[in-house]
Amino acid sequence: MRRDPAPSRLAYRLERLWLRPLVRRAVRTGLPLVVAGAAAVWWASDPARVQTLRETAQEMRRTVEERPEFMVHLMAIDGASAELSRAVRETVPVDFPLSSFDLDLEAMRAEIETIDAVASAHLRIKPGGTLQVEIVEREPALIWRTVEGLMLVDAEGHPIAAAAARADWPELPLIAGEGANDAAAQALALFEAARPLSDRLRGLQRMGERRWDVVLTRGQRILLPEARPVAALERLIALDEARDLLDRDLTHVDLRLPGRPTLRLTADAMAELVRIRSLDTVGD
Amino acid sequence: MTDLYQSQRAMRRMRKQAMDRGVVAILDVGTAKIACLVLRFDGPGRLPAHEGVGSLAGQSSFRVIGAATTRSRGVQFGEIHAMQETERAIRTAVQAAQKMAGVRVDHVIACFSGARPRSYGLEGRIELTDSVVQEADVARVLAACDVPDIGPHREVLHAQPVNFAIDHRTGLMDPRGQTGNALMADMHLLTVEEQAVQNLAYCIKRCDLELAGLASSAYVSGISALVEDEQELGGACVDIGGGATSLSIFIKKHMIYADSVRIGGEHVTADISKGLQVPMHVAERLKTVHGGVVATGMDDREMIEIGGDTGDWEHDRRTVSRAELIGIMRPRVEEILEDVRQRLDAAGFEHLPAQQIVLTGGGSQIPGLDGLASRILGQQVRLGRPLRVQGLPQAAAGPAFASSVGLCLFAAHPQDEWWDFEMPADRLPARSLKRAIRWFRDNW
Repeated sequence: MRRDPAPSRLAYRLERLWLRPLVRRAVRTGLPLVVAGAAAVWWASDPARVQTLRETAQEMRRTVEERPEFMVHLMAIDGASAELSRAVRETVPVDFPLSSFDLDLEAMRAEIETIDAVASAHLRIKPGGTLQVEIVEREPALIWRTVEGLMLVDAEGHPIAAAAARADWPELPLIAGEGANDAAAQALALFEAARPLSDRLRGLQRMGERRWDVVLTRGQRILLPEARPVAALERLIALDEARDLLDRDLTHVDLRLPGRPTLRLTADAMAELVRIRSLDTVGD
Repeated sequence: MTDLYQSQRAMRRMRKQAMDRGVVAILDVGTAKIACLVLRFDGPGRLPAHEGVGSLAGQSSFRVIGAATTRSRGVQFGEIHAMQETERAIRTAVQAAQKMAGVRVDHVIACFSGARPRSYGLEGRIELTDSVVQEADVARVLAACDVPDIGPHREVLHAQPVNFAIDHRTGLMDPRGQTGNALMADMHLLTVEEQAVQNLAYCIKRCDLELAGLASSAYVSGISALVEDEQELGGACVDIGGGATSLSIFIKKHMIYADSVRIGGEHVTADISKGLQVPMHVAERLKTVHGGVVATGMDDREMIEIGGDTGDWEHDRRTVSRAELIGIMRPRVEEILEDVRQRLDAAGFEHLPAQQIVLTGGGSQIPGLDGLASRILGQQVRLGRPLRVQGLPQAAAGPAFASSVGLCLFAAHPQDEWWDFEMPADRLPARSLKRAIRWFRDNW
């Protein structure tokens, strides 16, 4: 008769042990993990092996990075004048060809935007290995005379570049005085308001970094108040149109106190005035 | 008696533990085969009631997730006589069932058919102190049953209250909450040989399993093979096993009598083996393939090659007619049934309102048995198969597995037994702390 395949006591016990979920999980996942961990620790105990691994990994990384698909060959600069693009190339010197993984576009952008003449820069790598730099230049809106010399300033008052001579930029209005560029927007508004006086206007001078003086030809000055200077100037222009105020013999129109505009006459005019007044009193 | 009470309570506790864990094994230690089923208890209500599926007597609360059978060794007449062999067979069955289920089982509920079961009807009566019956009164009346002398080296396997009566009203299932002056109880006590129980417990312990319950196979095959009205109106289940034929009588859904005849299918096989001079396994094959108990003219002409491997051509080419085979089998089957008839007569089976007899067990598959049985046992004989339970493989659905399936039902819905009730305080040892605590609890 065939023997029954009865399990031995040990086999039976082991089978029952194996059916315990905890034992099962420990052997199935825990044991491989422990073995793998131990092997990794033993392997890493030799620094030479780790070094070799690191180098191999770097090598592999380099071979991928230096594939022709990732190489950048030239830099194209859009939206900048010739000298600005030269300045940009000097600021971010890149020796091509170079892998695109080695380019830090964000840092390059920050670097380019430190150039005064650059309002904003946009960098990207175009397919075909071109580093495209799109630059928005600052537009000079004012010319600023300082102690050091002439400076071009954009509409926000940001200095752009030094100017060699006033005559190079005849169309730009002139401002002067310390801190004049900080109030560039106000200056532009004043120039707009002073358009009727444009043939006599020489420029604006910032006084004590708080208010403007309008400087006209013949040494005349209009002292504008700190608050609402544009309105004051428009009032004065209206007065001038009605009474030809500025054509008269005076040096300063003081509008600093809004309720009380004050005129300062030249010495001759003052003497003349005194004389006329005395005639009146004598006549009486 | 107290010792048994304690061990039975311990088993009941173990069964509760197993239920909580959700997995329990069923072990049917038979003479021909050892079957092991692994049950998983999901708790009730997994099937919605509106789909026409009721609780099905608790069957829906569990599911068979592992089943294995192995040829039994070291068991004779349903009793273990070679412990090591039986232990190995149990290990085989348990391991295979565990493997199929994929879970480890620690608790096992076992049944066996032999060990000379003896039934006693017990009667107890108490006067009710408080006119309403409490649970303690039930315990008291059960304790008041006068226990007969069950003889030396015997143990109580089942002690089930089967009937309660209050004053003149009898046939009560549950007397709790009813009023009256006197409470009476009938209890069915089933005793078996101590040695058989101890051997089985030892084998199971050697397999690293905890014994969570013991049942007589007569009882459990009765609950699985008898249908509800047979259990209610009176019926007998005859489980023709390998080494022993066990019979149980049910009425009002309670077993009232159980006995076993120490002849079974293996004796039929042995007769064939001796009569035809063939080895046991050939005899077993002849019995199962060609066997029968009613010979017809056709069977004289049907020749069966019985074979052999001695090398002697004459010996190895022997043939036998089916009628001869039937002629060998029939007297033994008749003997079994005559013995069953005797036991039923002794138990007073003819006084029951219905006398349905259900034949089940592996031996009941002999063709023509129902015809022979109705001549010997009476007209109301049918062949029974166990109930269908969820997840039971087709191979384990035959009548040979009646007691395994019954054991599943027994595990899911155990019958209240005597030891499930609190022991009355006056039965406890006089100086025990428990007695003091009980007295305190009863009086406040």
